[in-house]
Amino acid sequence: MEIHVQLATRSKMFCACLVEPGAPPNERVCPVCLGMPGSLPVINRRAVEFAVRMALALNCTVARFTKWDRKSYFYPDLPKNYQISQYDLPIGAGGHFRISTKEGGDRTIRIRRAHLEEDAGKNLHEGLDHTRVDLNRAGTPLLEIVTEPDLASADEAYAFATELQRLVVWLGVSEANMQKGQMRFEPNVNVSITEGGREFRTPIAEVKNLNSFRSVRNAVAYEVDRQRAQWKADHGYTLDQHGKMNFGWDDVRGVTEFQRGKEEAHDYRYFPDPDLVPVLFEPDWLSEQAASLGELPQARQARLRESIGLSEADAATITADRATSELFDTAIAAGADGKVLGKQFINFWSAQANAKGVSIAGLGVSATRIAELAKLTAEGIVSASAAAQIAEKMLGNEESPTAIANREGLVQVRDESATQAWVDQAIAANAQAVADAQSNPKKKQAAIGFLRGQVMKLSGGKADPKLVGELLEKKLSE
Amino acid sequence: MAAPIDEPAVRHIAKLARLQLSEDEVRRYTAQLADILGYVQQLAAVDTANIEPTSHALPVTNVLREDVPGPTLTPDQALANAPQREGNFFGLPKVLDQEDA
Repeated sequence: MEIHVQLATRSKMFCACLVEPGAPPNERVCPVCLGMPGSLPVINRRAVEFAVRMALALNCTVARFTKWDRKSYFYPDLPKNYQISQYDLPIGAGGHFRISTKEGGDRTIRIRRAHLEEDAGKNLHEGLDHTRVDLNRAGTPLLEIVTEPDLASADEAYAFATELQRLVVWLGVSEANMQKGQMRFEPNVNVSITEGGREFRTPIAEVKNLNSFRSVRNAVAYEVDRQRAQWKADHGYTLDQHGKMNFGWDDVRGVTEFQRGKEEAHDYRYFPDPDLVPVLFEPDWLSEQAASLGELPQARQARLRESIGLSEADAATITADRATSELFDTAIAAGADGKVLGKQFINFWSAQANAKGVSIAGLGVSATRIAELAKLTAEGIVSASAAAQIAEKMLGNEESPTAIANREGLVQVRDESATQAWVDQAIAANAQAVADAQSNPKKKQAAIGFLRGQVMKLSGGKADPKLVGELLEKKLSE
Repeated sequence: MAAPIDEPAVRHIAKLARLQLSEDEVRRYTAQLADILGYVQQLAAVDTANIEPTSHALPVTNVLREDVPGPTLTPDQALANAPQREGNFFGLPKVLDQEDA
């Protein structure tokens, strides 16, 4: 898999033009990114830092010495007729990244390299008999990540893509918005088939520029089926005969489309860019960068699973983004019980966040108040369902959950005589259910549940469910 | 050192550079390029067995700028030399898309 990640710098890779997707055409350009004669590129420090941080997070070895190379080809969106990239000395190499798959459990995907380069501009020719070129995007910093051929299925490709995006956003090196093309995937797909003791390998199809996780999965699945069928029809359809081919992906029709074969493959004539001097990284600086990465999402997810006992899926939801994960940790530090807090994050905080189209942290509720609500629940002062109601009323203000619970009458009544009165009332009003609970084993559980519900209803949701259960059982066995 | 330059190599290089050469030019440039490469080939006589390859002629490293946006050109300035202009776009004959990023 090859991945292009647009780095979240303010200015371009080699010039000071503002990176601003959606700006009017050709208004974010200068002599450098237009490739004017005599202009000179200067490296953006932050882009280099982002690339190093990402390389470290992918467990790559970061080169002490890295340089810049020209990759030459002609295309209208490439004003210099070469792209500044890194050829033989990429910033990062030899890394690995873990993904968890539904069928296969955890898998380690080796990372071949991660290097910095500049993006091209945009050619537009939809519905036109000619082409228009907007060079605003030309020179935007990209980190290209290349894996070893370790992904074995469409589902693994999907899992890898989503996990990589979480890491990229977590580190803050890219916004990684797929629709905006800030993260683009290019799977290289082929199939190994064994027949009659011989192994056949189909030609490699590189599917260009996929910009959704769904299209990554669908394009890989489509290619696997297509290549298998094509090989079945013609056993000469092999890598040896055909090499590598480029395909596009038609998302509407759900098919790949042939673009070019190996005979049209490019000869890029890489050579060191004489306009740019090499970059050397000091070991101390690299150690600082590594130390400042902090706990990465996978480690944090594992910690929540192991130390709190959350399920894998719940731990993944809480660690989906860094701010939410930190909110969770801060609330625990403020005294919230991990299990209760985990439930509340999954049961209602995430629902509130989804309804508003933000992350849980994006709801803007402080860790202190979130922790307080979890404590009220853990101590039985409010019921789980009352907590959900309180949470709703905590948005957009600074009122404490305790104050809300008092004002809304949601504090649980644990007074035994009051609860007993509701139990007696419910029993008196539901003779049939009482009879079922006492003498019909088939209906017993349902009848008790019904009666408990009646008691809760009579209490206006304030009765302590545990106490209600105890008193009900006692009364029914009398 | 790669294979000596010949006419097919010159045709290939011309294609990569989008140059159309006549047969006469192919012959002429093959001879000229062979002369140039032969001249540079003298360097092969130097013993470089224990010498690190150089990627850059200057003893300078780490020339970086801060990530601060600066001034840009106006579209009129950017497009002033364009052979063909389409509104605020560069205009050109239709090309097929889908190249490498």
